[in-house]
Amino acid sequence: MPPIPDTIYFFGTCLVDLMYPQAGVSAMQLIQRAGVKVIFPPAQTCCGQPAWNSGYRDEARSVARAQIALFPKPIPIVIPSGSCAGMMKVHYPELFAGQPDEAQAVDVASRVYELTEFLVDVLHIELQDLGEPVTVAVHTSCSARREMGVADKIESLLGQLSNVQRVEHARKPECCGFGGTFAVKEPEISAAMVLDKVTHIRHAQPDRLISQECGCLLNISGTMEKQGDAIPHQHIAEFLWERTSMASTSLSQRTDRSLSEVEGNTTEGTP
Amino acid sequence: MTSTFRTTVRTNLAKPEVRANFYRAMDGLMTRRLDQFPDKAELERLRTQSMAIRANALSKLPELLETLEANLTRNGIQVHWAETTDQANQIVLSILQKHNAKSIIKGKSMVSEEMGLNHFLEALGIEALESDLGEFIIQLDHEAPSHIIMPAIHKNRIQIAKLFHEKFPDIPYTEDVDELTQMARRILRDKFYATTVGLSGVNFMVAETGTLCLVENEGNGRMSTTAPSVHIAVTGIEKVVESLSDVPPLLSILTRSATGQPITTYFNMISGPRKPGEKDGPEEVHLVLLDNGRSNIYSDPELLATLRCIRCGACINHCPVYVRIGGHSYGTVYPGPIGSILEPQKAGLDVHGELAQASTLCGACSEVCPVRIPIPSILNRLRYDGVRRDTANTNTVGSGKRRTLSEAATWKTWAWAATHPTIYHAGSSLATHFKGMLPTNLGAWTTVRSAPKLAESTLHQQVKNLGVDHE
Ligand code: SF4
Repeated sequence: MPPIPDTIYFFGTCLVDLMYPQAGVSAMQLIQRAGVKVIFPPAQTCCGQPAWNSGYRDEARSVARAQIALFPKPIPIVIPSGSCAGMMKVHYPELFAGQPDEAQAVDVASRVYELTEFLVDVLHIELQDLGEPVTVAVHTSCSARREMGVADKIESLLGQLSNVQRVEHARKPECCGFGGTFAVKEPEISAAMVLDKVTHIRHAQPDRLISQECGCLLNISGTMEKQGDAIPHQHIAEFLWERTSMASTSLSQRTDRSLSEVEGNTTEGTP
Repeated sequence: MTSTFRTTVRTNLAKPEVRANFYRAMDGLMTRRLDQFPDKAELERLRTQSMAIRANALSKLPELLETLEANLTRNGIQVHWAETTDQANQIVLSILQKHNAKSIIKGKSMVSEEMGLNHFLEALGIEALESDLGEFIIQLDHEAPSHIIMPAIHKNRIQIAKLFHEKFPDIPYTEDVDELTQMARRILRDKFYATTVGLSGVNFMVAETGTLCLVENEGNGRMSTTAPSVHIAVTGIEKVVESLSDVPPLLSILTRSATGQPITTYFNMISGPRKPGEKDGPEEVHLVLLDNGRSNIYSDPELLATLRCIRCGACINHCPVYVRIGGHSYGTVYPGPIGSILEPQKAGLDVHGELAQASTLCGACSEVCPVRIPIPSILNRLRYDGVRRDTANTNTVGSGKRRTLSEAATWKTWAWAATHPTIYHAGSSLATHFKGMLPTNLGAWTTVRSAPKLAESTLHQQVKNLGVDHE
């Protein structure tokens, strides 16, 4: 069992950066609340996955190389996405095989954790549900499920929340049809896949849709919205933070140390 | 430019009945497979064992093929080698000519599909009759198989009933599956005895003993290998295993992965022609071993895993792309995930390289593959081979042929921006700042989805207020 580290690196991912920053913020707050310091290297951009999956390995490698340089300390790298975590953990070693900086790539890969995996397996986080009763449907990304093998972590986190009831939908393990550039390159197939996914989720009638992957959320929620009758959706980090801090509505209920930590966390020199 | 693949995909997506047939059938197959593996640990052990058996065989392929040939010959089976499908067809033809045969009856064989054998023979006035029920059905309708195990899976019972009625108007219309099966059986039985040459595929070839193993459910395979006086087996060179003890684990995982059956109805082991005093069996047995690009695949250590395939079809049954577009959309003999890695390698990336793109890389295929073929990794490698510049470093046919100037330039620009954080972040904050001005129509993306909404400010901007170390 890995020991709880003092400090971690956080890699935000490009989708979180642009579309779901709150997911990144919440993820960092959850980690800080557990007493762990967070370093967010500001020069981070993208893990390189889009180019890697499109066959442009040289381009993927140059982008990946720039990221690798941002994580020199021997501490965990936490990523709020199964697919970006999968890129760094599984594919960096493949991408850098035989390259002069292979060792650094392998070292970075060995320190990568998908967020829910980190919260459960490393932080052993204990959650206290402060929210109203709610039903949620979970969509686990294929990368989290198959590449990283961490699909059960999101379930076990939600299982800790006493007022959250999970509802199941048909063909849950099936891909939503996002697949990065696939949605653009094969729009018809992707559309057929996401429309079925939306139908299955709607049948389960959840109050909210939760995932650990912003790409899938973007795809599923965008479709729900266009078809009308969108179900509110959230990244798991944002949902967990909201349920356990209720920062906006009931600050007085908070008994943990999170607020002071988040605000009082000192900064240190550039890594 | 819209390719044939994209056009077919579009046509097939617009057929709700076909989609429903696939969706229903695949759900059933996935459940049946799962029911066969109540013990997850046992499944994983069996997968590891099966992978090892196949990997071992491939690691000594040339040597095993030599042993196989020697033992088959000793057993009285005539072995023929074909580098191309053309050569394979000619070999079959010369055997038919030797026996003055004007027709053959076939068991199920994907390699004969690969050879286009039926068309080849029909052009010469020789009838090739499919005896597998599924193959029989699609042959009646002049179609190609849409699945490697269940060739007529795209049709439902009522469609089949109508087809039978149309082709055999003398027989009363029925939608009863058993009656339909019996009807086909009766028609085919007569043919078995009237035909001198039977042809089949092979599931495993055992080098050690010179044995051909054939897995089947309907009994027609058994008929086509015993009733006619000449039996021709056609298969790919990769189907060899080292010893007899390799067969039981592979057979067990094959049937359970494929149709969710604990074991098949028939398992034929062919070890030679009829011997003096024996009551049945063909007087002559031939084996045609087809290469058709396989030795090229064999020469690449990363792509070699493709040849581990035991053609169970589990990857196809679990593929979310296949289930929606159906087997015919691929325009190839092998559809689905295995087709998407095998066909571009056989025919070249310039011909079928597009299939490697038609995947979300979700990994459902490799999750179920009984011999653990890393299909998504091979897809990724083929995508790379398709657009790489250093084509001298790979054997893959058609390498570099999919590289276009505009796409290459896009990725180059992307890589430049993503390695210059200042520019990258200036771009993203500019985008979020002026998000109201971004287009809401993004072509393909927005046909079923609304345009993605940018946040008010980026994570990079927000981090500054969070008290994390960001300088
Ligand atoms: S690739 Fe694997 S799952 Fe697919 S047909 Fe071959 S053995 Fe079966």
